[in-house]
Amino acid sequence: MAAANLAIETRGLTKHFGAYAAVKNIDLSVPHGSVFGFLGPNGSGKTTTIRMLLGLASPTSGEARVLGANIASGRAFVLPRVGALVEGPGFYPYLSGAANLRRLDTADRYAPSRTRKVRVADALERVGLSSAANKSVKAYSLGMKQRLGIANALLTPRELLILDEPTNGLDPQGTREVRNLVRSLAASGTTIFVSSHLLAEIEQICTHAAVMSAGSLVAQGTLDELRQVGRARVRLLTPDAQAASGVLAKLGLTVQPVTDDGELLALFGENPAEPDAIVTALVRAKVRVRGFAVETPSLEDRFVSLTGEGFNVDH
Amino acid sequence: MTTEAQARVSPSRPASGFALLGSELSVLFRRRRTLAMLAALAAVPILIAIAVRVTHSSSGGGPAFLDRIENNGLFTVFVALGVCVPLFLPLTVGVVAGDTIAGEASNGTLRYLLIAPAGRIRLLAVKYVGAAVFSLAATLIVCIAGALIGFALFPSGSVTLLSGDSVSLADALGRSLLIALYVTVSLLGLSAIGLFVSTLTDVPVGAMAATIILSVASEVLDQLPQTAWLHPWLFSNYWLDFADMLRDPISWTSFGQNGLLQAGYIVVFAALAYGRFSQKDILS
Repeated sequence: MAAANLAIETRGLTKHFGAYAAVKNIDLSVPHGSVFGFLGPNGSGKTTTIRMLLGLASPTSGEARVLGANIASGRAFVLPRVGALVEGPGFYPYLSGAANLRRLDTADRYAPSRTRKVRVADALERVGLSSAANKSVKAYSLGMKQRLGIANALLTPRELLILDEPTNGLDPQGTREVRNLVRSLAASGTTIFVSSHLLAEIEQICTHAAVMSAGSLVAQGTLDELRQVGRARVRLLTPDAQAASGVLAKLGLTVQPVTDDGELLALFGENPAEPDAIVTALVRAKVRVRGFAVETPSLEDRFVSLTGEGFNVDH
Repeated sequence: MTTEAQARVSPSRPASGFALLGSELSVLFRRRRTLAMLAALAAVPILIAIAVRVTHSSSGGGPAFLDRIENNGLFTVFVALGVCVPLFLPLTVGVVAGDTIAGEASNGTLRYLLIAPAGRIRLLAVKYVGAAVFSLAATLIVCIAGALIGFALFPSGSVTLLSGDSVSLADALGRSLLIALYVTVSLLGLSAIGLFVSTLTDVPVGAMAATIILSVASEVLDQLPQTAWLHPWLFSNYWLDFADMLRDPISWTSFGQNGLLQAGYIVVFAALAYGRFSQKDILS
């Protein structure tokens, strides 16, 4: 893909903290106009990667290009076009929500002071915080702070939004609102890079995704590409498991041991047979077919197979 | 993206960037902690004046110039400064300067300021100016509160200087302003040290304490004859020489030496702060 079409591009991006490698040699390609899901369990290096993309931390090796410029040298003119939520919201607890946004907006020299009040009010409106605008942030709930963090990313029109776990702390209603917000921003042409450890939360809105595991990038592509990497399988319910296994193996499927429920699972091979042909072959071999289904693995299965089931943080 | 949206997003001409300084000062001076510190500083001359007025005993011991308050209320200012310069002023300046970067880091706002982007050098400069303005405000509030309470409780009129000469009240008020300026300049080196310490940690209390401890250490070393060789290099060395403004003619030597010393501290610690902060990974 031509570099000009990429909103984010990293080459061999690596970050060590002492002997510990938080991010290992990752090559991200985030196309312009995509909604890019950045997935991985807790501690897999997502936030460290995002810090490097925003110039907050410098890579140990490799480089990150954001909106066509190397972030190390181009921070000053790239970052005004990028809105971000990094590792949760951060605000002055003794200031009101609106005062916090005005304060952070003054830091951006490209944000016109003339329109500051209006832009702050608009951003608060977009995340549904208008009524709490003048309450001090001390009194905000976690979800409200999260919304305020998103509002901060929307203070000026952005070409790229980097949202690190944007639905953290939100109730289901709030999660849905964030999804809708992301959809409407994407529809207006903004590229959105959104990280999450919960696939289900972003699967519905992403066009592309990448999966991190223990600091490495283990998969990347469009959602369809990612789904196809996992092989489809046949789920068969039959009392004649022995005979069925033989038939399936002859058709080039990899048969797995019978499950406790008496189901036979078989993975499709390189040149999958038509499901119709499989059933015909089974019936001809006098296998009693009580149930038959072809399953493509969900992205969730794929995600778990890439990152492991374990609850523990890796390393 | 439409060209219209593109035009709104793509950086045109950046503003001069003074909005951040304005915001910094307004956040600093509207903060309750800052106001409490200024109120505590204002209370010092008021307590002194009331104590002298109530007891009528201003002779024998006590801080410098205490015995002169009953003759002229303006001396409340100088007594209060003599009390505040070694302890209270460095304490409050240590709190503000130590909080500069570490305070933002502990709020989680540092990363948001930097990705706005504030620019690391610009943020350091704004933070330093904020601490310097606080030093000026802290000094002025002691002077103003001292003058007001002094004139309210004691006679005013012409002022007898340390050199024995008598000058008009207007002249003496001018000298008071000069002293306020002198004390403010005295605190600029400490502010720079606080700024540097603040870039080293994400824990504001630690940076504040370290800054205050450094100022106390400097003053202790300044008292020891064994470290006399070191005295001209200590940032607190000329702190109490503001009384030189109360001689006729004004002795400018300490003013110049103090200015030069503080400038040296500013250059060194601003450079250290820049060296540290421009390379730092912001992980707060």
